[in-house]
Amino acid sequence: MNEEANKITNVDDIYDEVSDWHVNTGGIKIVAKRLAGRFRRLKWFGMSIWLVFFLGPYLRWNGAQAILFDLPNRQFNFFHITVYPQDIWMLSLTLLFFAILLAAVTSIAGRVFCGYFCFQTVWTDIYTLIEAKLEGNTPQKATKFNNSPWSFDKLVRKVTKHSLWLAIALLTGVSFAAWFTDAFKLWYDYFTLQAPLPAWIVLGMFTAGTYGFAGFMREQVCFWLCPYARLQGVMYDQDTILPSYDAERGEPRGKLKKGQHQQSKGSCVDCNVCVAVCPTGIDIRKGQQEGCITCGICIDACDSIMDKTQQPRGLIRYASYKELHHNAKTVPLYKRPRVIIYSLILLTALSGVIYGFANLSPTEFKVVHDRQPVFVRLSDGSIQNKYTVKLLNKTKEVMTLRFSIEGLEGATLHGLNEMTVEPGKVIPVTALVRVPDEQLNKSLVPIIFKGKVLTNSNITVRYKSMFIGPK
Amino acid sequence: MADNKNNPNQVSDTGHEWDGIKELNNPCPRWWLNSLWLSGLLVIVYFILYPSLPLVNESTKGLLGWTMIKEYKEDLAKVEAKRAPFEDKLAAMTAEEILADQEMLNYAIGSSKVLFGDNCAACHGTGGAPAEGAGYPNLSDDDWLFGGSVNDIMMSIAKGRAGMMPAHEKLLNTDEVDQLVKFVVDSSNGIQNEAGMALYTSKGCFACHGADAKGIKAMGSANLTDKIWRFSGDEDQIRHTILHGVNDASDPQTRVAVMPQWSEKLAIMLQVRADAIADDEDPNDIDWSDELEGDEGERLTETEIKKLAVYVHQFGGGQ
Repeated sequence: MNEEANKITNVDDIYDEVSDWHVNTGGIKIVAKRLAGRFRRLKWFGMSIWLVFFLGPYLRWNGAQAILFDLPNRQFNFFHITVYPQDIWMLSLTLLFFAILLAAVTSIAGRVFCGYFCFQTVWTDIYTLIEAKLEGNTPQKATKFNNSPWSFDKLVRKVTKHSLWLAIALLTGVSFAAWFTDAFKLWYDYFTLQAPLPAWIVLGMFTAGTYGFAGFMREQVCFWLCPYARLQGVMYDQDTILPSYDAERGEPRGKLKKGQHQQSKGSCVDCNVCVAVCPTGIDIRKGQQEGCITCGICIDACDSIMDKTQQPRGLIRYASYKELHHNAKTVPLYKRPRVIIYSLILLTALSGVIYGFANLSPTEFKVVHDRQPVFVRLSDGSIQNKYTVKLLNKTKEVMTLRFSIEGLEGATLHGLNEMTVEPGKVIPVTALVRVPDEQLNKSLVPIIFKGKVLTNSNITVRYKSMFIGPK
Repeated sequence: MADNKNNPNQVSDTGHEWDGIKELNNPCPRWWLNSLWLSGLLVIVYFILYPSLPLVNESTKGLLGWTMIKEYKEDLAKVEAKRAPFEDKLAAMTAEEILADQEMLNYAIGSSKVLFGDNCAACHGTGGAPAEGAGYPNLSDDDWLFGGSVNDIMMSIAKGRAGMMPAHEKLLNTDEVDQLVKFVVDSSNGIQNEAGMALYTSKGCFACHGADAKGIKAMGSANLTDKIWRFSGDEDQIRHTILHGVNDASDPQTRVAVMPQWSEKLAIMLQVRADAIADDEDPNDIDWSDELEGDEGERLTETEIKKLAVYVHQFGGGQ
């Protein structure tokens, strides 16, 4: 380092945009004011969807859990349907559906998921509700409470808050685990301390995660952990409607003096209520930014102020870039290429899943031709091929099958006649096929293995394999 | 380090400036530095707990006493513990019982793959089919010179096999050899060859290959009437077999066909048991201390041979 080192520089002198550098990295605790309104109601509605997460595992169907991700047995039970890993492609399509749904909704109406449905938003909202009730619902009250000396009242409030948080976190953990094992037995096992280790690990992780993320990290997760905030830019276009501040109408902002009429000033009275209610603590008037989860709470706040100041509502409203900037004509939904493409993908994925569920095979039947050796000449000159026949029974009943072969003249089946397979089990059996040499005039002949299920006359399994000979 | 908590936007300057761009000396974030120190600490903890420093003769042991081979052995023990019930059950079953029990058969086949690969596949090929022209018997067809029942196969593995055919170079003239070659080829193709049959009989071939030329199981002699060739169906190769024989020590050009013995002990036991049954005695009454010296070689255990016999039996369906 030279002698000039450690000279103190004021960054503001070097860069103009320095004021935008100041982001809240957790140093400022956001205490959002709660106001009633349209979007607040919408948020409650979105949040209520999560009741399914808590209550779903207790649904019963035919004496078993209706929806169960049975990992140890590698099956997914959905009412009377059982899905095996072989049908995993349906999961891919389901995931594709939801991924594209996210993109489609985002391109139409912004981060709807973030604002109304995301677990981070929902759990944080509940946690902050509890906190606000106990410690004060404005930043001033909260700071005063936290800076006050320890008293019995403060202790009770703190203990109550953390107990409630932990209770919700625990319930979240149990509810998650309950989707993967019998819910009622799980509760019993947790209370009798007999739950298996993975159940404890899941409970521990979800409790710690919920408590930490919703209790302490809150909007910081949206800012710095979640990739969605960073991806939103590629999902939006100028037709996307977002909660936006109408700067044209609002500026120049300024305080409204009593009795004075708005003349030279814009509609914004600079009351900062939109900032005070924001759960992520941003200022919507700065425009679109990564911290905005598009929950619309600021719209409610601004509308209430507009009502009070006898101005028309909608200074902050769901509006597209084009609408605010009058730079182009708004394109209707059905003419927007990305909406059309997203819809097509959604439709394809959904049809695939519906097709998959409607055509779930009761079995998985495979015939694998042995490669070492590909064929063997027997003492009478005939050619023998060896196959491994595998049958997975996906039904809930024991299955007995009788096998036969088709498609190759003179071929006889040996070593495989009848097979009994328990539900959910797969049995490999060696099958030998013999063909007299003179009846084989090609080196590769298709051969069909057919298994007729004796226990259920509706099911016949078929598999096309190949018979390989020397010619 | 600059204290930009107390002086917001004030950071120390390195004094470097290029084209108006100043290099500032912003400190690393505290959490990042802490992670760095913690990582360093982790290395020290790791060095204490695990083998780490290579010394002259061996490395430091570490407090945990962990070694790679120990972990391997523990994992192996876990696998073996999982297999133990099957192995115990298998040891108590006869080979025929295994063939009749689908679950145990699947286990035997699954667990014999490595056993076969390690001990047998070098000659017989991975699936029981050796490389063409290599001169090893094919285990996946239906021709069993020493018998194809699972018990016969067990005996073959335990005892080892070496068929014997004397060299006929000094016993037959060229014409006779040609005639016999033609007879053998015709027999395989199902063509009657009266003259050849007469020569076959008069030269004593029937003593080993049988009056009908179909071979004799007890001797392991080849069936000359089927489509399978122990060595080769090529006429020159057939001539070579007739002229120089198989395993005939007096002829340096003889074919060598020796299957090694895999368990002397089991071979004796199987023989004694078979003899006892033949004599209408109860095999359970055999006093093994009379029969076995106790120093018989055992390259594979009885259970291993049993598994291999089952495995080989299913290659082509056995007999």
